[in-house]
Amino acid sequence: MADARPIYLDHAATTPCDPRVVEAMLPYFTTHFGNPGSRNHQFGWDAEAAVDAAREQVARLLGADEKEIIFTSGSTESNNLAIKGGAYMYEKNPAGSGKPRGHIISCVIEHKAVLDPCKRLEKEGFEVTFLGPGNDGLVTAEMVKAAMRDDTILVTIMWANNEIGTINEIPAIGALCHERGVLFHTDATQWAGKMPVNVERDNVDLLSLSGHKIYGPKGVGALYVRRRKPRVRLQALADGGGQERGFRPGTLNVTGIVGLGKACEIALTQMDRDAERLLALRRRLERGVTSQLDSCVVNGHAEKRLPHITNISFGFVEGESLMMAVKEIACSSGSACTSASLEPSYVLKSIGVGDELAHSSLRLSLGRGTTEGEIDHTVDSVVRAVRKLRELSPLYDMHKEGIDLSKVEWGHH
Amino acid sequence: MAYGPKIIEHYEHPRNVGTFGTQAEIKARKDVGVGLVGAPECGDVMQLQIKVDSKTGMIEDAKFKCFGCGSAIASSSLATEWLKGKSLDEGLAIRNTQIVEELSLPPVKIHCSVLAEDAIRAAINDYKEKNGLPTGEPSAAAHPGA
Ligand SMILES: Cc1ncc(COP(=O)(O)O)c(C=O)c1O
Ligand code: FES
Repeated sequence: MADARPIYLDHAATTPCDPRVVEAMLPYFTTHFGNPGSRNHQFGWDAEAAVDAAREQVARLLGADEKEIIFTSGSTESNNLAIKGGAYMYEKNPAGSGKPRGHIISCVIEHKAVLDPCKRLEKEGFEVTFLGPGNDGLVTAEMVKAAMRDDTILVTIMWANNEIGTINEIPAIGALCHERGVLFHTDATQWAGKMPVNVERDNVDLLSLSGHKIYGPKGVGALYVRRRKPRVRLQALADGGGQERGFRPGTLNVTGIVGLGKACEIALTQMDRDAERLLALRRRLERGVTSQLDSCVVNGHAEKRLPHITNISFGFVEGESLMMAVKEIACSSGSACTSASLEPSYVLKSIGVGDELAHSSLRLSLGRGTTEGEIDHTVDSVVRAVRKLRELSPLYDMHKEGIDLSKVEWGHH
Repeated sequence: MAYGPKIIEHYEHPRNVGTFGTQAEIKARKDVGVGLVGAPECGDVMQLQIKVDSKTGMIEDAKFKCFGCGSAIASSSLATEWLKGKSLDEGLAIRNTQIVEELSLPPVKIHCSVLAEDAIRAAINDYKEKNGLPTGEPSAAAHPGA
């Protein structure tokens, strides 16, 4: 059989490396392989120059100064450094004093790479408020304001959600934090490189981004750390050779950093064009599916969503069997099935997508390589799969017969 | 989930999909027994219907509908194949372990076969109750091992 690879609609999980990025990286594996920390020979200088150039490329994407960029291994590390490093540095009361060490505000639909550092801090004596978003998936400045306390030291709210693509009011939340003198971090993994950022205009103190979500390599990312008004300090999480001004010691991942820089440079030049094209494709996809199928909803706010991510729930259809039925599309799923294979999505649950309808969801995320033909094929395939499974579904029959599924007495096990 | 060929085959070509009527019609029909087991919030609901020849007492037809994973669909599809032509007692003797073996279900999917066994019992017992026959086997309301 010919190579029939699935259609890739999982760009929120990762993106392919742009060939221009790969090309920029290659010399730094073999020719310019030096350690930027080697201050006294050509190999070191070449590597250092490359890192400096990349730092400038990342800074330019964010409207920041290059001294404000710290290279990391990706967003998970950036988030950990920002949240834990910030909390330890700005704690109000020392550990063991019997008083809360400080208050942090986050949100229940953050990525695990934010939730888990927050939960660790809770165990270590900090208090964390996890805001619940509205059913539209949005976290607003009002919500953050209502949760603020005298001892709030840090707010961490993602710019855009990775499962449903909803966009939070980052500039307004940042303004509120600055007014109150509270440190503000945003996990911009799904936003930066796709949509415009200006850390001054957007009132951000700390921002995480990741190479592999923006057509760069995996295992490299950056943390923006504000240097002026206010000058943000962080406690490093690792000890070592003092690289990255001590924030993140360890020999720099020069090839990865060069790739991240190039990815940021490319992103800056084409994000407007990409966003416009992907929005049109996403709408085509959503319209195609929802116009042909009843009992399906696009999750999250209708407008305030990233151009390239859509998350659609299908009533009366189970997740794993839906994934089996659309196997020629590489995407991700949140399921109603709690028994074995698939976990229901905590993000969907917390925005009120309950399982009464017993549905499953597909997250389809588009990218630079996505074509109109692929979208049309996907629409057909999803519609066919859902129809087939509804043919099989006793719940869909009951629904059509007007039986209220929430009133049926199910035998629980 | 990487499934074996038999599961995939039943999933892609499920046997005997359907019903013998709407929920209301089925309730009124004495020759049809229905088992509806599982719950939507657990991610699996199986509906199995048997049509019994009152003269011979044999199951002459069986149909299913299933909201569930690939294994649940395959298990219920297989159950309908096995039920056709069996007596009620023979039907009650079908065990989930036989389904596991036939389909090579992976360990995490054993509960899907348990559900199929439950659905078989529930359908046969429903037929028996409708027709005033003694229901010898324990009712399907209790879920063994699930
Ligand atoms: C919102 C968000 N934060 C953090 C991460 C983790 O990023 P990384 O893989 O670079 O550690 C991801 C990606 O999975 C993400 O989508
Ligand atoms: S029905 Fe949920 S795992 Fe089989």
